[in-house]
Amino acid sequence: MSATHTSPPVQGTFRFIWNEMKPRPPFWTPFNMISIPIIVVGMVILVYRFIYGLGSVTNLNQDYAWGVWKGFNVITGVAFAGGAYALCFTVYVMRLEKYKPIIRVTVLNGFLAYVFYAGALILELGRPWNILNPIIGNDFGYNSVLFLVAWHFLLYIIAQFLEVSPVVAEWLDAKKAYRVLYAMTLGLVVFGITLSFLHQSGLGALFLMAKPKIHPLWFSEFIPILFFVSSIFAGISLVIVEGTLSGRYLKEHIGIPEAQSRAILFGLAKGAAIASFAYYFFKLLLFLHEGHWDLLGTGWGLWYLVEVFGLTLLPCLLFALGYRHRSLGIVQTAAWLSLLGVLINRLNVSLIAFNWESVNRYYPTWMEIVVSLTVVLVEVWVFRWFVTRMNFYPRPRAARAHTADGVPAARLVETA
Amino acid sequence: MDRRNFLKTAGVACATAAGARSAAADTQEHKPEEFIGVLVDTTRCIGCRSCEVACAMAHNMPVPDPKTDGALEAVRTTSETAWTVVNRFDTDAGEVFVKKQCMHCWQPACAAACLTNAMKKTETGPVIWQSDKCMGCRYCMISCPFDIPKCEYDHWNPRIQKCNLCWERLQEGQRPACVTSCPTDALTFGTKRELMEIARKRIYTNPDKYVHKIYGEFEAGGTGWLYLSAVPFEQIGFRTDLGTTPYPEYTRDFLYAVPVVFFGLPALLYGLSQLTDRDGSGTGPDPKVVAETTDHQAAH
Ligand code: SF4
Ligand code: SF4
Repeated sequence: MSATHTSPPVQGTFRFIWNEMKPRPPFWTPFNMISIPIIVVGMVILVYRFIYGLGSVTNLNQDYAWGVWKGFNVITGVAFAGGAYALCFTVYVMRLEKYKPIIRVTVLNGFLAYVFYAGALILELGRPWNILNPIIGNDFGYNSVLFLVAWHFLLYIIAQFLEVSPVVAEWLDAKKAYRVLYAMTLGLVVFGITLSFLHQSGLGALFLMAKPKIHPLWFSEFIPILFFVSSIFAGISLVIVEGTLSGRYLKEHIGIPEAQSRAILFGLAKGAAIASFAYYFFKLLLFLHEGHWDLLGTGWGLWYLVEVFGLTLLPCLLFALGYRHRSLGIVQTAAWLSLLGVLINRLNVSLIAFNWESVNRYYPTWMEIVVSLTVVLVEVWVFRWFVTRMNFYPRPRAARAHTADGVPAARLVETA
Repeated sequence: MDRRNFLKTAGVACATAAGARSAAADTQEHKPEEFIGVLVDTTRCIGCRSCEVACAMAHNMPVPDPKTDGALEAVRTTSETAWTVVNRFDTDAGEVFVKKQCMHCWQPACAAACLTNAMKKTETGPVIWQSDKCMGCRYCMISCPFDIPKCEYDHWNPRIQKCNLCWERLQEGQRPACVTSCPTDALTFGTKRELMEIARKRIYTNPDKYVHKIYGEFEAGGTGWLYLSAVPFEQIGFRTDLGTTPYPEYTRDFLYAVPVVFFGLPALLYGLSQLTDRDGSGTGPDPKVVAETTDHQAAH
């Protein structure tokens, strides 16, 4: 960073950040080519939505007050972000050092997931300008589950931001800030896990009062516990999938030795197998307890069986199998399947089996889907920006330093 | 189920810990005022829809024309432009007309759902919506067991629309517009206690005319609006499977558990982390250091 030596430090820092904001080559990758048009269209739709109202772009109706932005982005997205608290628990509370190399990136992922997915809540608010009301006390709806969920989202985002901040301090070469921020980690982690437990289950508790509207195969007074347990293996599955994808596309930024990354992956698979089995078992018990045998013969029953066997038990067994045989392929398949299973479960509770007797069925418009994808893709862009600039992964040695013109040394090494 | 008891105990523990203002404390304090409501005698309703017209005029909504619009042909729900609708049902006892609107529950799900108290149970009973507080999350719509609140999706600043029992007229000492407009006295306004007495008396004096049930006495924990009918309520569009538990009750266990978890779990986690801290390194090795070690290993 030769430029910073001649200018005052603060100005230098700004220039450094400014330089780092710019995209890095190669720019014309397939991911960019596909995501940019979607994001642009998504933004246009959002502008339209805020001018002409939700009805102008969505198919929301009076029977389906929440659509895919809530059911997919918020409710499912937050479950997928469960990996952060699950790993924080493993690394900081149980102190299994094995997982330390991926803890930073997982927390980053969790942080961004919350910013974007919990943030997607705002897109679906009819009157988002009043969003601060429950925070500033106009009024505090203490007796509302959503009030708790909203507060926990907010606090969790702050906690996650602080958990991520040492890496940013390190990037900015702020050594003192790094030490101070890093010292707070354990406290933040403990706080973060507690908040996660409460809002993951809180998302389920949102549906407790919708008892007469949800199909009896999906409604249970234990929805909060089901949501919490499934967020554990959904989160772990996402860590596995994300690790696989980054391993392929961000290879030059990741310096985790092969053997160690395999050990981590199979450890995660084992964890996911146990958590998803617990979930499956609990679902089974609930079914036996409620005894809706007669409903199994209906179309809804079939759909329920697909979810429980095809998308819960099957991935669970595959995780176990993949772990036993040390097979990367099987573990990855299991992770994708299990994500699909949690997605279907959340959509069932919030949309598909919700108001199942209604004649005004809700199907999202293409515009709602584009916006949903936009939220995900922007998150991926931001994630990629962070991990390619800062040390979220243990870096290969060469990549840690930047050359004078800001090109990471890794690239030079690679092309040399 | 042991869980109930556990949570009850936990709830008590937390209520003691957090004082009377526990996050979940929603208990009805005993106010001198009595909740008011309306008794609908469906045997008296002739389906003239004067109440719809009066309601629309009182609240600046599009006024229907009962003579020509043929709206009785289909069963309708309330909407963002019609806080009340009258439906016709063909039953064992012939044609029956039923007025539908917000039930003004005693313990409303909508108000328990609302995170800003924009939906509010007022001290005299009407459940009202306050535009300066609402953020448009529509959780009230998800929660209401009677599917009453409606949203103006086509507006940039949508309101939640539902009957407010003519809150503004009540303030001025008037009765609700629908009640005053009814030509057959099918609607009676009063406190729930008075209305229950009237309803019971009608059933006792005409035991063959009415089914022996007052809809709203216990439904969803009891509602401000009460209905009398000559035919079983399922035949005239009422859900009879809603139970008698007040809906906020369904989330109460969860809400009670929150403070317990909020204070208990961190202590547990912290304790656990101390137990596992074998080498006394506090947060454990710095990931940065780990990264570098890993890096050295990789180099070999
Ligand atoms: S009927 Fe619905 S909107 Fe009316 S008070 Fe009850 S819960 Fe609220
Ligand atoms: S839409 Fe408005 S009134 Fe309904 S729950 Fe949300 S904030 Fe409350």
